Amino acid sequence: MIKNLKKQNVWFVFTPYLWLVLFFFVPLALIFKISISVSEWGMPPYRDLFSLSENGLEINSTLGNYLFIFSDPFYIRSYLNSLSLAFTSTLLCLLIGYPIAFYVAKSKTSIRNILLIMLIIPFWSSFLLRVYAWKVLLQGSGIINSILIHIGLISEPISMLHNHYAVILGVVYTYLPFMILPLYGYLVKFDLNLIDASNDLGAKPFNTFVKVILPLSLPGIVAGSMLVFIPVVGEYIIPEMLGGSDKLYFGKIIWDEFFVNRDWPIASALAMSGIVILVFPIIIFQLMYAKYNFRNE
Amino acid sequence: MNKLFFKILTLTIGFSFLYFPILTLIAYSFNDNKRVMVWKGFSFRWYKELFHNEQILEAFYTSLKIASLSATFATVMGVMIGFSLTRISKIPARPFFIFLSSSPLVMPEIILGLSLLLFFISSNHIIGFPSSKGQLTVLISHITFSVAFVAVIIQSRLSSYDKNIEEAAQDLGTIPNMIFWKVTAPVILPAILSGWLLAFTLSLDDLVVASFTTGPGANTLPIVVFSKVRLGLSPEVNALSAIIMLIVILAAISIYLINRSNIKK
Repeated sequence: MIKNLKKQNVWFVFTPYLWLVLFFFVPLALIFKISISVSEWGMPPYRDLFSLSENGLEINSTLGNYLFIFSDPFYIRSYLNSLSLAFTSTLLCLLIGYPIAFYVAKSKTSIRNILLIMLIIPFWSSFLLRVYAWKVLLQGSGIINSILIHIGLISEPISMLHNHYAVILGVVYTYLPFMILPLYGYLVKFDLNLIDASNDLGAKPFNTFVKVILPLSLPGIVAGSMLVFIPVVGEYIIPEMLGGSDKLYFGKIIWDEFFVNRDWPIASALAMSGIVILVFPIIIFQLMYAKYNFRNE
Repeated sequence: MNKLFFKILTLTIGFSFLYFPILTLIAYSFNDNKRVMVWKGFSFRWYKELFHNEQILEAFYTSLKIASLSATFATVMGVMIGFSLTRISKIPARPFFIFLSSSPLVMPEIILGLSLLLFFISSNHIIGFPSSKGQLTVLISHITFSVAFVAVIIQSRLSSYDKNIEEAAQDLGTIPNMIFWKVTAPVILPAILSGWLLAFTLSLDDLVVASFTTGPGANTLPIVVFSKVRLGLSPEVNALSAIIMLIVILAAISIYLINRSNIKK
């Protein structure tokens, strides 16, 4: 449509990129700057990187914030906890979501459309309220405890809230639709005759699944896993509402450093390290995956 | 038969898991007791209190306003990005622009919120803008993380449909502006609508970024709800959940019916 950039098109093309540079990349550069600044009392609570004094230009830069973070197992553990939470819940979402997506995609068209609507409804409804629902359910006086007491499995309410199992449960519950919908998107396009063909040629159901169905739904698996893994790595709300002090996560640590301790340089250094430890692997994976796809096409 | 049984069992368990918590919450919203979990009797008491709760009503209005503005701006810019990446063959340094437009997708919201807040504070120090934190700063932040999502949707629609239609229109002598309005726009309209809807729900649902960038007079609904349920339970929030679920279900059903009548045509 547009072969060469004309003058009137320049603004059309560059406005959104200017916006992203200004409100996404400049802020990131800023937290990098603050992360290598020295903290001090006052507003803002860090010393300027460059200052002019009698001795000339002074540079007040430090790697101390990073050294502090990486010498304290408390912070390192929070990164590891976040990574393991993201891995565990992505895997669980995949294991629970795949059969659901598969059977919804294989249903008759009339039923399928209704089931699809039923998958989209939780996807659209408020994230916060769905986490809150588990807080209600898992209470000591909550419905799950009542049922367990009623059928005689336990005699007294057990505390199911404020531990990392409740966090995993909450994450799997809230992110499950994010896994199911992309999986469904690929499985529904998939020609069911391929399964019959594979069966007719004598393949066992397991082999049909591993050699035919799984490779063809791989893009859906990757898309769904990304949609779960990326937000869970920085998740704050679910650990705050359902979690306890047995495991602390990266998102909550940044929140507390900033809002409770008011230590901007440490919060910024945590965020920068978070980008390197948690976000770079995702970007590298996506680049490798794109290359792999490109080669196979 | 065995297979069918397994299918029905999987779907029943799966959908029960998805719906049981929501339905319980709705059931308890009719409980006439301040202690959420102890059933006392059926009443609409919490709905009445909800509709007299100024704080929640105001937050709801603020959220709707920010979400619709944010979705509109994000959609306009998302369409621009979608076009520039799929339709301009000679855009210089294309991978760089792809990187620019997609990196917000992988950024944890907590880092996004922190960096935007520090940015607003510094820019207020240096150029005096924004003069204070509030609805404007929340709006800017929401636009920033929504643009990338809309761009992805528009891009996939634009790259999957046949460019030859546009070229055919060109060969038939249609002027470029007409091509856009008569050929391209109708094709990408569904993508624009779903992009807008996604940006709208992203903004309506956001708690973390809004908590960082909010200021006086800009408490969005998630911020108010979170402050109520962070430490305990709130029967008013139960009633609010039921109402939101009702709205979502009605919207989903109407979209389903519209789709069905479109397919029949």
